[in-house]
Amino acid sequence: MSRDDPSTERDVDVLSTVGNAEFTEGPPDGPVTLTDSAPVSPSVINRWNPREVSLTVLFLAPAVVGLGAFVIFPLFQAVYLATMGSDILGNPTRFVGLQHFEELFTPDFGAVLARTAGFTLMVVVAGVVLPMALAVPLSQRLPGMRVFRTLFTLPFAYSASAASVVWLLMLNPAMSPVNWLLQLVGVTAPGWTTDSGWALVTVAGVTVWMVSGFNLLVLAAGLAGLDEQVLEAARIDGASGVRHFTGIVLPMISPSLFFVIVTTTLTALQSLGQPQVMTDGGPNGATSTLVYSIFNQAFHNNNSNYGLASAQGLVLLVVGVLLAAVQFGVIERRVHYR
Amino acid sequence: MSRLNSPGRVTSTLTYVWLIVAAVVLLFPILLTVLGGFLPSIDLLRQPPNLLGHYTVDSYLGALRQTVVPLLPAFGNSLFVGLVIMIAHLATSCLAAYALVFLRTPLRTPLFWLFMATIMVPYEAIVVPNALFVRSLGIGDSRFALVLPFLANGFGVFLLRQAFRQFPGELRDAATIDGCGHFRFLFTILLPGCRPAIAALAVWSFLQGWNMYFWPLIISSTNNSLNTLQTAVFALRSNDSADPGLLLAGITITLLPTLLLVLFGQRWLVRGFTAGAVK
Repeated sequence: MSRDDPSTERDVDVLSTVGNAEFTEGPPDGPVTLTDSAPVSPSVINRWNPREVSLTVLFLAPAVVGLGAFVIFPLFQAVYLATMGSDILGNPTRFVGLQHFEELFTPDFGAVLARTAGFTLMVVVAGVVLPMALAVPLSQRLPGMRVFRTLFTLPFAYSASAASVVWLLMLNPAMSPVNWLLQLVGVTAPGWTTDSGWALVTVAGVTVWMVSGFNLLVLAAGLAGLDEQVLEAARIDGASGVRHFTGIVLPMISPSLFFVIVTTTLTALQSLGQPQVMTDGGPNGATSTLVYSIFNQAFHNNNSNYGLASAQGLVLLVVGVLLAAVQFGVIERRVHYR
Repeated sequence: MSRLNSPGRVTSTLTYVWLIVAAVVLLFPILLTVLGGFLPSIDLLRQPPNLLGHYTVDSYLGALRQTVVPLLPAFGNSLFVGLVIMIAHLATSCLAAYALVFLRTPLRTPLFWLFMATIMVPYEAIVVPNALFVRSLGIGDSRFALVLPFLANGFGVFLLRQAFRQFPGELRDAATIDGCGHFRFLFTILLPGCRPAIAALAVWSFLQGWNMYFWPLIISSTNNSLNTLQTAVFALRSNDSADPGLLLAGITITLLPTLLLVLFGQRWLVRGFTAGAVK
């Protein structure tokens, strides 16, 4: 958008009514592309004012130094560490070439990747469908919906370790209200965290619970911003039920949906607290995901295998970037921005 | 008009039934956390736990008195981490976003993409080199080791850049004509005008810092006095002597600020995100 866009007037209105406008989306700006820059009058475009340039250096320096030292530089450091063997204390001592990368082509690490994929898929599917199944009924005009919506966002307050410990108690056979409920309907509860067939599902379930709060918040805001006139027009045209939802509502909230899918994928991919606190990667490695494996190789039980952990970190980097690229390339082309 | 989206009686009954069932299932862990801290083990260790038992504050006293994992220093560390990261994110992001939007400079676009690229780097991919680096700096025993890698954030720069770009150009021009310099414009006009985005970033950054787990786990592994509440909860749970009431009391303490923020800060979070990141 450009600065003389007619919608800027509405921006001012929105800014001045922050306090009482709740869950309304920002002004309809149309697609914001990342590359267009703020307008500069053509006559000065090629003349850099020295004062302004030095001010820029001053303003950008803290962020650039911070990110350079702790995000960009460590990427190169990770490549270096991945090619080094280490002594018993973990200090990099000798060049081992691609040895650590060869260790990635083993059935064990293949299983780690498969587990990570399964875990991420479970979390993303359930972590988006469940909040959606709550946000859609909540968007109706019924008394009490605001209270319900606020209550459903509360899991967002839990950290990974807090949620993991609470759910360990929820599933502890000595007190589990979940097992009690299952018993009422005649089902014997499995060993949630001790049965290697269930552990990954359990850890994924807790992660779904953790992300459901924030995802509901975003999806509810998307649904609240829907254009009533379009919905009414669709209704008059006879769209109803499932077709109304998949054909009209879903495309209209696709920016929120896209945002939720991307953030949930990253959250799932980066989960450490849940597998580490709940099952410590077990039983028998059943919950040893990629990030858990990095933690385990580098920091657990004084393993100090920094070389292999760095190589695995680079795999995580590639997976993360590839997923982001796929999601932006494939999904965003289908996202409908007003 | 008001009945545009009002469902019929059957639909609304079904809605309430579904929402109540979902609320019971999803909110029971929260109820257990908050009430469990006030219950003795005899009420908790039964199936199902008796949430209407004999309320007492013994678990809280126990949680604060136990010396295995002192909670008050951990609370101090968590507060330090949350606040320092929040303030640092705000400061570095405001300045960088301002330069990207309002200052005519060479390399503006490549620098912006550099910030965007850092968002794509999963933190866990670089946690090993960062841990070795921070240890080599010799500050492993200082609180600053807990926050040093997190003082700048690419997402913060992105969020504020989106907000600054939507700032009305007329106000900017009027300020320039009145002889308003960059610093005065930034602090007296732009920042107050972009309150929703600033508030969203503040809430988000505090939650990030307060709930951070992997990094404090590494840092506190060599120095117990650097436990945050998150690692303290894990340490408590690894300790066999901790009964469920004591654990839940400890967790409730870690939840105090975040529950309040989620309850009262969520409108800022949503406004800031939907205006900036989603659109």
